[in-house]
Amino acid sequence: MPDLSVNFAGIKSPNPFWLASGPPANCGEQVMRAFDAGWGGAVWKTLGEPIINVCSRYSSVDLNGQRMMGLNNIELISDRPLAVNLREIAEVKRRYPKHAVIASLMVESKRESWQEIVKQSEDAGADGLELNFGCPHGMSERGMGSAVGQVPEYTQMITEWVREIARTPVLVKLTPNISDIRVAARAARRGGAHGVSAINTINSITGIDLDTLRPRPDVGGLSSHGGYCGPAVKPIALNMVQQIGADADARQPVSGIGGVSSWRDAAEFILLGCGTVQVCTAAMHYGFRIVEDLADGLDNWMREKGFATLEDFRGLSLPKVVEWKNLDLNFKVVARIHEDKCIGCDLCYTACRDGAHQCIHLDRGKRPDASRITTTPIPKLDGPMADNRVTPLHRIPRVDEAECVGCNLCALVCPVENCITMDRVENGLAFQSWEQRNI
Amino acid sequence: MADLANPEIARRFPDLHPAFAHQEAAVEANRCLYCFDAPCTVACPTHIDVPRFIRKLASENFRGSALTILDANLLGASCSRVCPVEVLCEGACVMHRYNRAPIEIGRLQRFALDVFHASGDTELPSLPSGARQLRVACVGSGPASLSCAGELARRGHKVTVFEARPLAGGLNTYGVAEYKLNAEAALREVEFIQSLGVEIRCNEEIDSARFTQFAAEYDAVFLGLGLGKMEQLGIPGEDLHGVVDALRFIAEYKTGERLSAPGRVVVVGAGNTAVDAASAARRLGANDVSMLYRRTVAEMSAFEFEYEHAKHEGVEFRWLAKPLRIAGQAGRVTGLECVRVDTGDEFTIPCEMVIPAIGQSRGRALLESAQGSLKIFAGGDLTNGGREVVDAVADGKRAALAIHAQFGETHA
Ligand SMILES: Cc1cc2nc3c(=O)[nH]c(=O)nc-3n(C[C@H](O)[C@H](O)[C@H](O)COP(=O)(O)OP(=O)(O)OC[C@H]3O[C@@H](n4cnc5c(N)ncnc54)[C@H](O)[C@@H]3O)c2cc1C
Ligand SMILES: Cc1cc2nc3c(=O)[nH]c(=O)nc-3n(C[C@H](O)[C@H](O)[C@H](O)COP(=O)(O)O)c2cc1C
Repeated sequence: MPDLSVNFAGIKSPNPFWLASGPPANCGEQVMRAFDAGWGGAVWKTLGEPIINVCSRYSSVDLNGQRMMGLNNIELISDRPLAVNLREIAEVKRRYPKHAVIASLMVESKRESWQEIVKQSEDAGADGLELNFGCPHGMSERGMGSAVGQVPEYTQMITEWVREIARTPVLVKLTPNISDIRVAARAARRGGAHGVSAINTINSITGIDLDTLRPRPDVGGLSSHGGYCGPAVKPIALNMVQQIGADADARQPVSGIGGVSSWRDAAEFILLGCGTVQVCTAAMHYGFRIVEDLADGLDNWMREKGFATLEDFRGLSLPKVVEWKNLDLNFKVVARIHEDKCIGCDLCYTACRDGAHQCIHLDRGKRPDASRITTTPIPKLDGPMADNRVTPLHRIPRVDEAECVGCNLCALVCPVENCITMDRVENGLAFQSWEQRNI
Repeated sequence: MADLANPEIARRFPDLHPAFAHQEAAVEANRCLYCFDAPCTVACPTHIDVPRFIRKLASENFRGSALTILDANLLGASCSRVCPVEVLCEGACVMHRYNRAPIEIGRLQRFALDVFHASGDTELPSLPSGARQLRVACVGSGPASLSCAGELARRGHKVTVFEARPLAGGLNTYGVAEYKLNAEAALREVEFIQSLGVEIRCNEEIDSARFTQFAAEYDAVFLGLGLGKMEQLGIPGEDLHGVVDALRFIAEYKTGERLSAPGRVVVVGAGNTAVDAASAARRLGANDVSMLYRRTVAEMSAFEFEYEHAKHEGVEFRWLAKPLRIAGQAGRVTGLECVRVDTGDEFTIPCEMVIPAIGQSRGRALLESAQGSLKIFAGGDLTNGGREVVDAVADGKRAALAIHAQFGETHA
């Protein structure tokens, strides 16, 4: 059985699955149940000065009947007394010495304040620290969270303050609400961070109630911009993780966060170089039990691929992301419609015609005469009905391969698996990139 | 109208295809692939733009969804409940080729129109009216006439519908199985057509004499008379008490006049009407209901799914048998004497009721008495030999568009 244990920036845990700082890691009772369910670590709900939360706090984006494709929150850091959190951290560590407990921290930008809370957390037994420079709402208005993460000098400075006294590894949690994540990651590294966690939530307004005209979530008729997370943000998170991993000055251990809900997502983050992944929304949606599939699925996939440890595949996809100018301009694929699978929805036809390059045609068979009057087929009057299980030829589209630019759109819209494949065309041309071409 | 909603009948004939709840409809609507040039739309005799109305349901544009349906088919509400969707839209759904259940188009359509009617805002957007306002009479108030009348009224013409029976709606009100469409829902649709400006006069049978006067009063006439009386068996005993033809039997229970059936019932025939009568007899309390057909299951004219449904209701089938004589005692039915057409063996089925259901005659009398300069159009069961509600609606609409085009538009 593959080995899932990790040593991430000096923090050891039985597997790479950590609860992200948020409601699922709000108190000791939850964290212990999560560990029982199989989570390898937990980043405690951010500790800091006392705050007061509003109600309501969350809103979401649904997609085609699927709930919570994206989640938004306007919640602040922990609203429990610091002393209680610290006591519970100590209790959890006593009972679960092998699991990773990371204290997420956010206080005002003063050296004494940061150093005081670092000391308290480490005294309680935390295995590591995560500096929350990412929260985009509420706290940022008070000069904390993303207000720090958006200014590289502050990020570096506070990280340095922490490093001055920290005895455990220091992670910096980055905000995606910036134009170039590499700048923030470089600052963290300059400040002495052992690694970064990316990403925190993305500024968002999820929607407006069209009856009341109030944006969501509704706090007595008003709302505020919140932080977006869940499946919808995964592509953004993957991109940022890749950018950090590919930059010589930013490169460092990364704990990947953003939309992880299944082992597949986890594998993707690890393939782009992440040492652990953190999960918030999926645990809020389905509970701690989802970790079972995270571990089991990753195990099975590693087995199938012949990977014995996470290090065997960590970062393998990183070099496969290059700058556009280095792509092969002579690589050619075309769409092929496998007519035995085609159900005749003709979505590829309309997508190509209106949304792409007009190279899919409906000209393979005679279309029914549109002027004919349609009636209900009555067996007695009209004889047996045609068999609808066979797609009539006139509904099976044809790709003009000479015109096809190989954009993938038809294959993306096709509802039937493997009905449209993008097949390699050998054109005999050697590799040539834009860069080579323009020398 | 209210007295039609008989609680006993409602209890015995609950919806065969129950209404969707909101969330159910959303999930089903989102399953639709939104096919290009969709086969379901092609298969619908009124060519409702199915993917379009379903997409609007998915986006909760309920009024837009309903108007998409009504734009093609003013009787979309009854069609959503009575259409044999298995051989129409749902039968054509590409999902069949994907090893998946077809989209439940009928139930989604019903949902859209139920929401529309519940909204209280059933006003339709106006259509460009003709150059001249025509006076049109529609004879009969079945789906064909209602569709024709509604389409003409929407285009600014003055339409009067004449109906021989006390209630409008034709077979939607008096004939279609109650668990598909109850008379109340049928009449709600009649009211909707009236709200478009159509005048409906019930209890006014048009005979040849009255018909000849139409030339002076109307620019055009649409005949939506449906089929004629039910065919008789032509065997001894047909005048016994307990012999009730299928249409009468169905109309009686649908209007709350008949609340029960005797213990043993024999239905003669194997079409959709026979199936409906047999199923209704079961639900009205008959323990033994058998259907007698002189040919085999392969030749039966009922739709496959109707046959399955009848078996499900507990109806028994006797193939290759035909009735010889209805036996009776003291003027009442006691049994049906039959003969096997293959072996010649004779046998008797004891019963208290015999329901002949061997088809309706074609009532073309009025059509044939047409004369003079009056422009006459006709459609529905009268002209197509007896198909379905949706075919009658399509006919009525085509006639309306032709009337509008011939007189309304071109005559300045
Ligand atoms: C028992 C039964 C069950 C059916 N079930 C279904 C079903 O589930 N689904 C489906 O799609 N179809 C069904 N049908 C078929 C469907 O009902 C018909 O195809 C449809 O109603 C035809 O409409 P129409 O307007 O042509 O005629 P009809 O609905 O028959 O309406 C004709 C109207 O004209 C009136 N009329 C006739 N002569 C005159 C006159 N001289 N003056 C004034 N009024 C007159 C009649 O009283 C009647 O109201 C069923 C039919 C029957 C008999
Ligand atoms: C309700 C809620 C509260 C959160 N609170 C915190 C927090 O206190 N500190 C923090 O660093 N991140 C917080 N986050 C951000 C998550 O840790 C995580 O970075 C983000 O949700 C993306 O991961 P996901 O897509 O798995 O949810 C919170 C997220 C949510 C949804």
